[in-house]
Amino acid sequence: MSEAGTSETETVLEVRGLMSAFDTEQGLLRAVDRVSFSVDRGKTLGIVGESGCGKSVTAMSLIRLLPQPAGRILGGEVWFKGEDLLKVSDTRLHEVRGGEIGVIFQEPMTALNPVHRIGRQVSEVYRLHRKMSKKEAWEASIEALRRTRIPSPEVRIGDYPHQLSGGMRQRVVIAMALACRPDLLIADEPSTALDVTVQAQILDLIQRLQAEMGMAAIFITHDLGVIAENCDDVVVMYAGRVVERTSVRELFANPLHAYTRGLLDSIPRLSLPPKSRLNTIPGMVASLSELVHGCRFCQRMDREGPLLQERPPFQEVSAGHWVEACPECYGGEAHRAA
Amino acid sequence: MTDGKPAYLLSAEEVKVYFPLRGGLLLRQTATVKAVDGVSMNIGEGETVGLVGESGCGKSTFAKAVVRLLTPNAGSIHFEGEDITHRSPRGLRPLRGDMQMVFQDPVESLNPRQSVRQIIEEPLIIHRRGKSVERRRRVDELLERVGLPRNSGEKYAFEFSGGQRQRIGIARALALNPKLIVCDEPVSALDVSVQSQIINLLLELQSEMGISYLFIAHDLAVVQHVSDRVAVMYLGKIVELADAETIYKKPRHAYTKALLSAIPEPDPTIERERILLEGDVPSPINPPAGSAFGHRISHPKYEETIGMDLSLVEIEPGHWVARDPTCLSEEDWVRVSG
Repeated sequence: MSEAGTSETETVLEVRGLMSAFDTEQGLLRAVDRVSFSVDRGKTLGIVGESGCGKSVTAMSLIRLLPQPAGRILGGEVWFKGEDLLKVSDTRLHEVRGGEIGVIFQEPMTALNPVHRIGRQVSEVYRLHRKMSKKEAWEASIEALRRTRIPSPEVRIGDYPHQLSGGMRQRVVIAMALACRPDLLIADEPSTALDVTVQAQILDLIQRLQAEMGMAAIFITHDLGVIAENCDDVVVMYAGRVVERTSVRELFANPLHAYTRGLLDSIPRLSLPPKSRLNTIPGMVASLSELVHGCRFCQRMDREGPLLQERPPFQEVSAGHWVEACPECYGGEAHRAA
Repeated sequence: MTDGKPAYLLSAEEVKVYFPLRGGLLLRQTATVKAVDGVSMNIGEGETVGLVGESGCGKSTFAKAVVRLLTPNAGSIHFEGEDITHRSPRGLRPLRGDMQMVFQDPVESLNPRQSVRQIIEEPLIIHRRGKSVERRRRVDELLERVGLPRNSGEKYAFEFSGGQRQRIGIARALALNPKLIVCDEPVSALDVSVQSQIINLLLELQSEMGISYLFIAHDLAVVQHVSDRVAVMYLGKIVELADAETIYKKPRHAYTKALLSAIPEPDPTIERERILLEGDVPSPINPPAGSAFGHRISHPKYEETIGMDLSLVEIEPGHWVARDPTCLSEEDWVRVSG
């Protein structure tokens, strides 16, 4: 951790024009199409969008963990503490992953090895990244589990993953991700598979540990409630592109892109009359092979014409509020109605 | 019960479903899982009753007992005034068309080897409704009604998106003109934008055809939106039951309050006091002797509840809550115990 990090807006991660694709029978399909954002120390960035919008592919591209052999990073830069992670050697990348960048996946069962005890899996992180002895690593693991508030960690450390509940498993994964006090945490739907009560515990825990360690975080979620309560800034993704980017408060107070508005309007809220019709976004995200070059939300809304030919510019329309300025989706019909 | 018509479409009285737990060399019964432990509920014609609670609380087991996919160990279930608690599978057959289910995961509830037409037609064939031509017309009608494209019948379920697959599941459930549909987490796996489309469809079908729903979900905002009344379940028992608005505006039971406060609110300007529940849902294998929720929150009055009658009382007209000193405010406790 750099000691120079005293200024309040130190950028931990800066992503510029990231492009990732999958090599399929239908050719190279671009799942992430020139995505840019940055995360400051101690802040949380939310990435939101429907499934299939490229949220997870974006996150996995940052640490070059795309599914192989199909996944490819086509271009862009990922600046993390003065290095472009897309260019560093594999050895350096292994140090970064799990050491300086921690990752939490949605389903903890897939992140844990079912045939090894919890203790072995957590202490492996210390053995690899901190070069600790077996005994030291074991002690450190107990401490790490205690930090995530697992009751009686010295007993639990001998359990296998299947002996733990979903919430407890997710705590183990958090303990592993945060073991080396990373500068950045990437959490991909960390609470989606859990009950609301357990979700609240887990999110509260991540927030608390984040404050303690002063780390930055990227939260990937489809739940706008999670965004509103846990994030500082937000990136709205649609069909592989960022359509809006701003602070969370600004996004909820003043959503500009038709897609963002559509998402916000679809949530059932306690203020709505019961059994009333909810707003929806018609249709669905087009499959990767059918995406147009121009405005992809116009494509979904079945709008025709030149809008589908050219990619709309990404503009800063007020301080810190960026939007993909398609004449229809921003300032167009959606706006006139408001 | 004026003109001989039963007051409710469905009445469940003190339903209990226990599962034996076997172990040891001779697979003797070693314990009993009290999945549903004395649940009563009425569902009126055209009414939606929501059922919420954490995973493992017995919601789905109760739902299966209601439509008699399981036989309860005790209690009774009446459908249109007839006792169906112990009907044989053959005796239940004529009722199967009246009671249908829609499941959470549309992928797993649809046969991958059948075309969509075959999936929807199957209940019509089994129940010998109409000739081949009539069935064909009925399937087309159903596809159109649930908003699927005309040519969908000849495709397979995996060719559709999650939301469309749920529409296929709904079309199949509608085939025999049911009076009651049990929806078990029907929108939990869907994105908000698609979720709202499915909710709208269910609401439309209800107002057109007068269908009743038992709607199970863990998303309380969704449940509140679709339901007339809401039941909150904790460890095999209903702890609170009231009309949807009352449950959300004036919850009385501590568990309902905790559940409500755990929902992430999609509004960053709201600063809320969150009730964080420690630990997981207790196991129904060895439930605590007294109040299950009082035990979880280690309430000082827990000891008093051992052996106490914790059944529901009507605290206000139509608002039922467990008579439990550990879960009610002092004022409410005086009211129900006095």
